[in-house]
Amino acid sequence: MSLIEITEVKKRFGDNEVLKGINIDVEPGEVIAIIGRSGSGKSTLLRCINGLENIDEGSISVAGAQLLPDELHLKALRLKVGMIFQSFNLFPHLTAGRNVMLSQMVVKKTPRAEAEEMAKKMLERVGLSHKFDAYPDQLSGGQQQRVAIARALAMQPIALLCDEITSALDPELVNEVLAVVKELAAEGMTLMMVTHEMRFAREVCSRVVFMHQGRVHEIGPPEEVFSNPRTAELQQFLGVTH
Amino acid sequence: MNDFTTWDILRNLLLAARWTVLLSVVSFIGGGLVGALLLFLRIGKSRLGQIFVRFYVEIFQGTPLLMQLFLAFFGLGLFGIDVPAWLAAAVALILWSAAFLTEIWRGCVEAVARGQWEASSSLGMGYLQQMRYVILPQALRVAVPPTVGFSVQVVKGTALTSIIGFVELSKAGTMVTNATFEPFTVYGFVALIYFCLCWPLSKSSQILERKLNVAHRNH
Repeated sequence: MSLIEITEVKKRFGDNEVLKGINIDVEPGEVIAIIGRSGSGKSTLLRCINGLENIDEGSISVAGAQLLPDELHLKALRLKVGMIFQSFNLFPHLTAGRNVMLSQMVVKKTPRAEAEEMAKKMLERVGLSHKFDAYPDQLSGGQQQRVAIARALAMQPIALLCDEITSALDPELVNEVLAVVKELAAEGMTLMMVTHEMRFAREVCSRVVFMHQGRVHEIGPPEEVFSNPRTAELQQFLGVTH
Repeated sequence: MNDFTTWDILRNLLLAARWTVLLSVVSFIGGGLVGALLLFLRIGKSRLGQIFVRFYVEIFQGTPLLMQLFLAFFGLGLFGIDVPAWLAAAVALILWSAAFLTEIWRGCVEAVARGQWEASSSLGMGYLQQMRYVILPQALRVAVPPTVGFSVQVVKGTALTSIIGFVELSKAGTMVTNATFEPFTVYGFVALIYFCLCWPLSKSSQILERKLNVAHRNH
């Protein structure tokens, strides 16, 4: 059984059908890169998997549990699937350490000492143990994004969704974030990431999904997708970005 | 024939000013409590609650405070309930303050970036947890300066209660004028006392705004 099963998912915003029947199965430990032009529905798809958007048709299941749009099911789902955003979305009124501790204590009711220990461990994992007491606005973009990753990891998810997590970063900060993601991938974390980092996708990902106009246009291992694009749209897309 | 010294005038006005202060404090705190209640209805999930609060706010912001005072004072009288002026004044001012504070605070809650909701959702927090740990702490910081600023409006609003016969600073001014026939001196003092009450409030609102902004940038 696949870890994440996306079946015939459709999503409309008003009259605009953004997802027109998406089918993807993700196996445990897979790293999936989702590429495509802006407006192709990549971010919407990720947001649907985390329940930030409701789907209109089809089904999504994670580790065998169906995604249903009520608070109880959503919470259960979100404990399994973490999400990292383009704009970091750290809580600005809390220190890095408290950012990582908060949801553990509030959602999982982890005792404070235990949550703090976990926070230290996770910040260390992303190379920021010395920034435990720093507020988000005292950190660089790359550091903030790494705290966001630590925050998601502290909930011990079985999969992580990354929504263009390096797109808001200065070029010199991109690598420190990608290095963390690469490490996670090496440790066997299941990842689905919307990305524009083609070299990274080629190096790290097990499969690449090319989305075009709300559909999965091509899907396959990176060597195949990047070296041997079958459709004109993907050829054009790669030609533009390379 | 004028037996009143300036000190007599000022002393009487200051004694009455105590009631202005008391009424302001009661209205502001009462309005804050009612306003907080309305805020939770307004940003809560119940559609009915939202509509009720919107309607409430429209009514109180769309009619003069003086009419609200009249309605509180004379309206309940129609039902045979004898409303003392102080009660009508307090009730009207509390409800009026609540309407404005709710709107101010709603703006502050909505000023918190959408990403904060999404991030806390994605971490599995429920609505109340998001509110308590993520949204309100940030909204509170934004809310302090305009809230303190609004208290100035409350102090000045209490002047209107003189018309329904509540003896506060303005009413006392009229009464003292009637006795002394020195309207310019008396109302000059009245204005001065109002200014002494209001200026520290608006000044502290400015200072708080600067401080909290700086704090927000650098912590």
